[in-house]
Amino acid sequence: MSGVHDMGGMRGFGPVRPEPESEEPVFHEEWEGRVYGIVRLMGLLGLWNIDMSRHNREQLPPADYLANSYYENWFAGIRQQLVRTGLISKKELQTGRASTPVPEHIMEKVAHAEQVRAAPYMTTSYVRPASSSPRFSSGDRVRAINSYPPGHTRVPGYVRGHTGIVHEHYGSQVYPDLSAQGVEEGRHLYNVRFESRDLWGESANVNSAVHVDLWETYLEPAP
Amino acid sequence: MPNDHRHDQDHTDPPPDIELRVKSLESLLVEKGLVDPEALDALIDLYQDKIGPANGKHVVARAWTDEAFRRWLLDDPNAAIASMGYVGAQGEQMRVVENTDDVHNLVVCTLCSCYPWPLLGLPPVWYKSAPYRAQAVVDPRGVMAQFGTEVAEGKEVRVWDSTSEMRYLVLPQRPEGTEGLSEEELMELVTRNAMIGVEEARCPESEVRKA
Repeated sequence: MSGVHDMGGMRGFGPVRPEPESEEPVFHEEWEGRVYGIVRLMGLLGLWNIDMSRHNREQLPPADYLANSYYENWFAGIRQQLVRTGLISKKELQTGRASTPVPEHIMEKVAHAEQVRAAPYMTTSYVRPASSSPRFSSGDRVRAINSYPPGHTRVPGYVRGHTGIVHEHYGSQVYPDLSAQGVEEGRHLYNVRFESRDLWGESANVNSAVHVDLWETYLEPAP
Repeated sequence: MPNDHRHDQDHTDPPPDIELRVKSLESLLVEKGLVDPEALDALIDLYQDKIGPANGKHVVARAWTDEAFRRWLLDDPNAAIASMGYVGAQGEQMRVVENTDDVHNLVVCTLCSCYPWPLLGLPPVWYKSAPYRAQAVVDPRGVMAQFGTEVAEGKEVRVWDSTSEMRYLVLPQRPEGTEGLSEEELMELVTRNAMIGVEEARCPESEVRKA
């Protein structure tokens, strides 16, 4: 969906204002670390995937999404997801007290400390076979389709309708638009190079280009 | 019924403070057995203290000192990085993009906050902020200027928008005057920001000034 999360090229947010690298803590408040940890641990239960999480946050009310801090958005997202998947009930969320048991098959997946400390345990494979051979190869001219789907998608608005050149074929990977709906399907993924002047016209920086990863479904051949 | 409703209200109004609300959710999840408190602490410790930019600095310093490793890192980044043990979530599919005399690379995620955790840790606030996500693709030179970085007009600026599960790490140029420095000494010149691409690697101050 095109929403406020799709920020590439937007003006008016003001300067970046980085904190000095040597002074910036990983978490600015203790609760941020707790939210991060809770989101990761709940993700390991396998009831949703990364695209569902992203889509969930994209559907927060736009004004909230922009006004919230990063981890406030994560917190709002995980609360919704826990209720939506039935892991906790609305009543439990409101009262803060447990009143419904968790099914055994989910309890079996709860991660323990020793599993968490083994970092490779937490990796995910995104590679899936595609049903057809790749339509494009390096050097092909391609256009990002002009489409505004209501669901999750990973085509940033600023490339839609623009022409670029395939830089690399990344193989076939989980297609996010369907993955956000719980359907796992492999589609070919490409890195596409767009010249900045083609994307931004007169406002473009001199001598610059933007590389974007795009699934085959998002692309059509360009003359 | 009205009584019940009022009773309900007393308990449904969420505590106003985000800290209390997070605590309340955490204790509920622990009570339900969905969160093992020890696992939660372990996970936070991992990203607070163990998985951070030092990993990426190590990879970069090795690429600067070992030409065979540099080639391997650019050709097969997953294998080269795995050989150093920096494997984990959000680093499953790496691409390393090299800065040269002709090209300067910059990484962003305009749609959310994708970032190579096993090499750089969790992203800084500015990387996840609207100003950076919005501007990095349309005005990368202007963004870098906000970090005090100026890239000559003759050098191409190449922005990598992390829209898939591929993750990007910038291999900065090795600063001049660093011949003979050890891998450990070189690591100190590599900043996190240089591996995102908003800055160049640091110059060894004293040596350069003397020269």
